[in-house]
Amino acid sequence: MRFDSYEPGNFFDELFCDRNTPRPEVQPLVDRIHALPEGELLRRQFAAQQAMFKLGATFNVYGEDEDIERIFPFDVLPRIISGQEWQFLERGLKQRIHALNLFVNDIYHEQKIVQDKIIPLDLILSAKGFLRPCIGLNPPGGVWCHITGTDLVRDRDGQWYVLEDNLRCPSGISYVLENRRVMKSTFPQIFREMEVQPVDEYPSRLIETLLHLVPPHISDPTVVVLSPGIYNSAYFEHSYLAQQMGIELVEGRDLVIADGYLQMRTTQGLQRVDVIYRRIDDDFIDPTVFRADSMLGVPGLMEVYRSGRVAIANALGTGVADDKVIYAYVPEMIRYYLGEDPILSNVPTYLCWEERDRAYVLDNLDKLVVKAANEAGGYGMLVGTQATPAERQDFAQRIQANPRNYIAQPTLCLSRVPTILEENFEGCHVDLRPYILYGEDIYVQPGGLTRVALKRGSLVVNSSQGGGSKDTWVLC
Amino acid sequence: MLSRVADAIYWLSRYIERAENVARFLDVNLNLLLDMPTGVEQQWKPLVITTGDLKFFNEHYGEFVAEQVVNFLTFDRQYPNSIVSCVRSARENARSVREAISSEMWQQVNDFYMLVTAAEKAQGTQSLSDLTDFLAAVKQASHSFNGVMDATMTHNEGWHFGHMGRLLERADKTSRILDVKYYLLLPSAEDVGTPIDELGWMALLKSASAYEMYRKSSRSYQHRITPAGVAEFLILDVAFPRSIRFCLRQTEQSLHQISGTPFGAWRDPVERALGRLRSELEYLTIEEIIKKGMHEFLDNLQQQMNDVDGKIYQTFMALPPLSSQSQTQ
Repeated sequence: MRFDSYEPGNFFDELFCDRNTPRPEVQPLVDRIHALPEGELLRRQFAAQQAMFKLGATFNVYGEDEDIERIFPFDVLPRIISGQEWQFLERGLKQRIHALNLFVNDIYHEQKIVQDKIIPLDLILSAKGFLRPCIGLNPPGGVWCHITGTDLVRDRDGQWYVLEDNLRCPSGISYVLENRRVMKSTFPQIFREMEVQPVDEYPSRLIETLLHLVPPHISDPTVVVLSPGIYNSAYFEHSYLAQQMGIELVEGRDLVIADGYLQMRTTQGLQRVDVIYRRIDDDFIDPTVFRADSMLGVPGLMEVYRSGRVAIANALGTGVADDKVIYAYVPEMIRYYLGEDPILSNVPTYLCWEERDRAYVLDNLDKLVVKAANEAGGYGMLVGTQATPAERQDFAQRIQANPRNYIAQPTLCLSRVPTILEENFEGCHVDLRPYILYGEDIYVQPGGLTRVALKRGSLVVNSSQGGGSKDTWVLC
Repeated sequence: MLSRVADAIYWLSRYIERAENVARFLDVNLNLLLDMPTGVEQQWKPLVITTGDLKFFNEHYGEFVAEQVVNFLTFDRQYPNSIVSCVRSARENARSVREAISSEMWQQVNDFYMLVTAAEKAQGTQSLSDLTDFLAAVKQASHSFNGVMDATMTHNEGWHFGHMGRLLERADKTSRILDVKYYLLLPSAEDVGTPIDELGWMALLKSASAYEMYRKSSRSYQHRITPAGVAEFLILDVAFPRSIRFCLRQTEQSLHQISGTPFGAWRDPVERALGRLRSELEYLTIEEIIKKGMHEFLDNLQQQMNDVDGKIYQTFMALPPLSSQSQTQ
């Protein structure tokens, strides 16, 4: 297969400047692929997919039969980011997480940002992720968001935007690690030639981040991953991370509060747990405080947590900043808390609760993307350019009924990467989710998950809606 | 280790062993049929009785004919102890503890499941030889799993729970098949010595992979197959890996590895129950068993093994209810 007929089109292409002109740093990859015998690339693509299946790197789709596990489709052509570009992203992400963490800490304490009239109190109180039981909470070191998976996209002109911050329990890192493992065996020579930054440090960094939460007087801490169990769509990842870090994978039913501590039921009796890396949502953590119907959490955990006898990563309550209305204020937060200009831009966002914005949104529904403030995964969304008049009408009514719950953004034209579709190279739209750890300091894993929309022309990269993934190469 | 994890590894091994034993029962019966003179009643009902699930069969199936019984024991997903259900349960358990077992074990269970589902899909197009091949493949997959588990998983607490599950299950199945066949082959003393009789005893040995080993065994009554000899070999042999005594000894050793209690002493109810049962077998003779009545003996043995299983659960998995304590603070 050759790139001769590959058409970058009127998009920002991550690998090509123009037809037949790869970006300079991408040249070695293109040369290497051109040097492969006919059919070899497809054979490697197939072998890579098989390897994923054998590893059991699968996810479940909600509502399907128990026996249906799918692999996250994987494309062997990597997305490549130059070292210089990466430095810019890394600085921007560190700045953003720093400010977001200060924000979360502030609103559960003094709420200075409200007093200084940067963000209206109403918006905070009405954010679904704002948890009153977290008021006054003091997580170790004042760090709330230990693990973040920020979604970034690039528009037609190549400008980067932050789409979502994902401060609760972002998933996908296991695919980053497994994709890399498979890619190293698929293209060993190119890795050496191109000096790709390694990603394998992540499990060590993650366990360090978690161990950082242990009070100094405990010398034999127990750190666990808390999963909802095997029917969760990300179960593979929970199990994988526990395995990579060598810690226990627990479910709510393994845990119990006894003698004022969180303990797990072992064959030798109860054993104290010091740190939880939780992969269940805030709402499900403790049925006595949050959702009473939750079977996944531990009754009484919140009380132990508040008393500081167990640490939780991420802290409860970080979801307040995942509200898409609050998101719109992140640039203001950066200026307010850090006194700096934001390095990474937000997507321009219209807030429907503001009258002027609302009027604009309602007049321009056919051009905008409307999103519910508290939904994720591509749900509760209107893509105006593709919607029917009836759908637009429906959203107009929803906006008017509950303006606080809606925002609108211009339709971005996501950048593309050549991808194998039906034995040809075609440009497919991508986003990027780098992973950021906040322990002693802030660490950004070089790369992250590149999700790719595998339906021709589609802009939706979610795994539940036909998306796949690529390895992300950050060059030195 | 987490109680839930210990429980899952225990059942993972038990289900794999169970699938293997169901394949054994079926395989031997199919073989035996080929040697039977026509007109002799086919022995499908005893096979169902062996499973202990006669009630389920009666509720869901009509007659004890080959096709129905084979379907019941292989691909019936409603029936929890069919081969496909056992392997599915094994895989579910493995999936819930993937971080605690080795990747190779997971892969082996996964392959096992794919083997069974592929055969399930090919159903109807199958000939008798396909079925025989399938049963051989099931036995082989179980052996492979055990080999992979021995060779790739640290022999830690989790491994010992798996080992206990496997050997308790095996002891239970050996006792069941002996129970049913013994009754069938020896309803009264007059039946001894006819040609069909010997074939039946050989089949019994073969279903436990015991035929060759029995013949070689030094205590095998000058290499002859006799009812008492076969029963003694399957119950009391000290070194044959499917004999009940051997299985219980191994189970007890793993139990003591887990608890750290010296062998021969006990600290919890399960150590006591199992130690007592095993010692009894150590000093029994087959003559005593026969005198007491084979069925009564085996029935009692199965109850005691169930009791051991229950006590394992009580001791290690089901920690005292904490709902009252969890309300404190």
